Amino acid sequence: MTAMESGSLLVILATAIAFATPLVFACIGETITERAGVINLSAEGTIMLCAMVGFVAAKVTDNVWVGFVAAAIIGALIALIVAYGAITLKQSQIAIGFVLALLCSDLSAYLGNPYVRVPGPTVPPRFPIPILQDIPLIGPLFFREGDILVYAGYLLIIAAWFYFYRTRGGLTLRAIGEQPAAAFARGHNVIALRYAYTMIGGALMGIAGAAFSLDFKAGWSYRHTAGYGWIALAIVIFGGWNPLRVALGAYLFGVLQSLASVVQSAIPDLPTQMFTVAPFVLMILVLVLTSSDWLDRLLNYLPVNARRAFLRAIHAAPPAALGRPFEQD
Amino acid sequence: MKVELHHIHKHFGNVHANDDVSLTVEAGTIHGLLGENGAGKSTLVKILSGFITRDSGEIILDGRPAHIQSPADALRYGIGMLHQDPLDFPPLTVVENFMAGSLATPALLNARAAERTFSALCRQFNFDIDPQARVGDLTVGERQQLEIVRLLANGAGTLILDEPTTGISASQKTLLFDALRRLAREGKSIIFVSHKLEDVEELCDCVTVMRRGRVVGELTLRDTPTKRAADGQPAGKHVNVAARIVEMMFGKELAMPVKPATHQDEVILTLDGLILRNDRLEMSIEHLSVQRGEVIGIAGLEGSGQQLFLLTCAGLERPAGGSIRVGERDLTHKPYADFVKAGVCYLPADRLRDGLISGLTIQEHVALRMSGKGIFIDRAAAAKEAERAIATFNIRGQPDTTVERLSGGNQQRTQLALMPSPLNVLLMEHPTRGLDIESTLWVWQQLIARCNQGTAIVFASSDLDEIVQYSDRVIVFSGGRISPPIAASELTADSLGHMIGGRF
Repeated sequence: MTAMESGSLLVILATAIAFATPLVFACIGETITERAGVINLSAEGTIMLCAMVGFVAAKVTDNVWVGFVAAAIIGALIALIVAYGAITLKQSQIAIGFVLALLCSDLSAYLGNPYVRVPGPTVPPRFPIPILQDIPLIGPLFFREGDILVYAGYLLIIAAWFYFYRTRGGLTLRAIGEQPAAAFARGHNVIALRYAYTMIGGALMGIAGAAFSLDFKAGWSYRHTAGYGWIALAIVIFGGWNPLRVALGAYLFGVLQSLASVVQSAIPDLPTQMFTVAPFVLMILVLVLTSSDWLDRLLNYLPVNARRAFLRAIHAAPPAALGRPFEQD
Repeated sequence: MKVELHHIHKHFGNVHANDDVSLTVEAGTIHGLLGENGAGKSTLVKILSGFITRDSGEIILDGRPAHIQSPADALRYGIGMLHQDPLDFPPLTVVENFMAGSLATPALLNARAAERTFSALCRQFNFDIDPQARVGDLTVGERQQLEIVRLLANGAGTLILDEPTTGISASQKTLLFDALRRLAREGKSIIFVSHKLEDVEELCDCVTVMRRGRVVGELTLRDTPTKRAADGQPAGKHVNVAARIVEMMFGKELAMPVKPATHQDEVILTLDGLILRNDRLEMSIEHLSVQRGEVIGIAGLEGSGQQLFLLTCAGLERPAGGSIRVGERDLTHKPYADFVKAGVCYLPADRLRDGLISGLTIQEHVALRMSGKGIFIDRAAAAKEAERAIATFNIRGQPDTTVERLSGGNQQRTQLALMPSPLNVLLMEHPTRGLDIESTLWVWQQLIARCNQGTAIVFASSDLDEIVQYSDRVIVFSGGRISPPIAASELTADSLGHMIGGRF
């Protein structure tokens, strides 16, 4: 492999990681929420409205970090509406989330209209990490081209995984999503915890929105982040509610997007819309394939032990109480 | 830990689930809480474990008043409860379940240390559970063992077990009882909630019997070791305990029979060498023949196989052996449709879940039953039929009322209205459960009218008065056996109590 080819492959992958970073925030946020037993289906609208709010707040104060804080707060507030409707009013989480998704995306178009295509502040680019960037292969790929958000994304994934599987709080989080009555019997305040995790998840989705408008898709335009919320919801399912696998899904989507832009420059005759849409279509195909019986049938040819390990890796049951309100009698 | 409950009251809507209930459980004893379904025993223990908040009354632990408003409070006082359906986390591993909600779990999990503690406790009780197994893959008995070990690790001084012997194997039951006896010897108090007489008799030191939300009696089955030593008496069971408990559970006086003689000489239902079997029960009936117009009552503690028997007679369960004949037709192993054609009808106890279709209106139920031609519903005919049913059966509702909005009595009236006519054999579970007196009388009027037309009725009920009043003959299910039929007129409270206690 020549230096140039490996260089361009590196560029593709580094771009993929950048593309995927906002999705990492959104997906981990949704994973936390769903693990607690609540579906926040408003991701599409939350991300879009928070992208707008983050951009405007950063522009007005001329400080990107204010933009992120504002976006996180709005994201948490939208999640609070979901939590109130789902946990306290015990209404359909699907309906609440869906209506909010539509409402918030339209709201972003209406409120953000004056800011369409105006220049604004962005996160400082390229922030190589000393020492780590010098590790062969891994260094240039993960620790040289990225900015601070990319690294925050890595930390978030590891922190989420560690919290889920290595701390008492994480065990409780999984417990309330699986069998809230049992968690209640063990002395946990299921209602308060579900509120808290739904809002934390919403705040992360808000940060995902600001990560688009202040960094990876800088600026604001009509329906600036269209489609990312829905794909985030799909990736969470594909990732089996496990932070590491969910993150893998998000990065896979980044690779598809990155490839699409490379192919686009190679075949300039095709309409550009095709390349914007292609990663979504491909991602859905991947999701369908990994969750269909077809794969199971294929796996039957594997030896028993390998098959079992593989099945465990690709199959995951959703939290048993996902989408169901907790009835405390 | 000594547990005292004083004057506990709890209402659910109009139902007085606990009416001035007081209970004392001494430290180091196993205390049975016995009663039929709906007697209020689960409510009482859920109040003690903080799952339900009481309306009024006092909880005193070791002489000090306790403020228990939530499970978290109860755990702090050292009260642990094993729920009837295991309340755990099936997708998590055993050791994760053990750690979840434990006060001893550090903020950063230490799975290996937890596993050591868990295994050590398991060894003490001869429990054998793989700490890495998924809880969902364990048997109910093993999940129970896990819960016991978990609660003990949390420092429980009082253990409440709600119907723990349902769904576990005989060897697991032995293990469980050994563990409970051991815990009692260590000074812990155990509350054992059950409706199974034989379990309570085998295990408990004292028993409190509840009926309709009240305590109706208390009995010491064994003297506790300390008391025995003081009295210098040998340990031993009091004689004839079962009969006395049954008397408390069902009341001493039996009502007088009121049913007119309606039976005719033609035999309509014949069972020969019938063998009933499911996961938990195996029982047989040598021979039973029921005449047209006759009413057979089935008595026995709940879950003694009455439902399996009725389902088998209705063609909804296959018998493991023997034959079922309706009139001249041999229906053994025939499909349910043949039973229906032969004029057999089954009315289940859970009217809304098994009997009616919630979400559909009375008129739609009528339309479903009508023999339709073509693909369209004859709305006019269905409406007329529904109006007629509502008028004749005195249902408080409109043709377009959905069935779940009807009261229990009106649901039962709707079920009766939907029964086909003529009918040869009617099988019922708890025909009047949850109904007020007026509806109860009315339902039996309708049933007796059916008898006069030649229908034979076989019904199970937990209300002994109902059985004695309306049956011609009674059979008793107890301890895996079925008694030969006895004429209702020859029954006494005593003989019936003996039989339900398993002595016939």
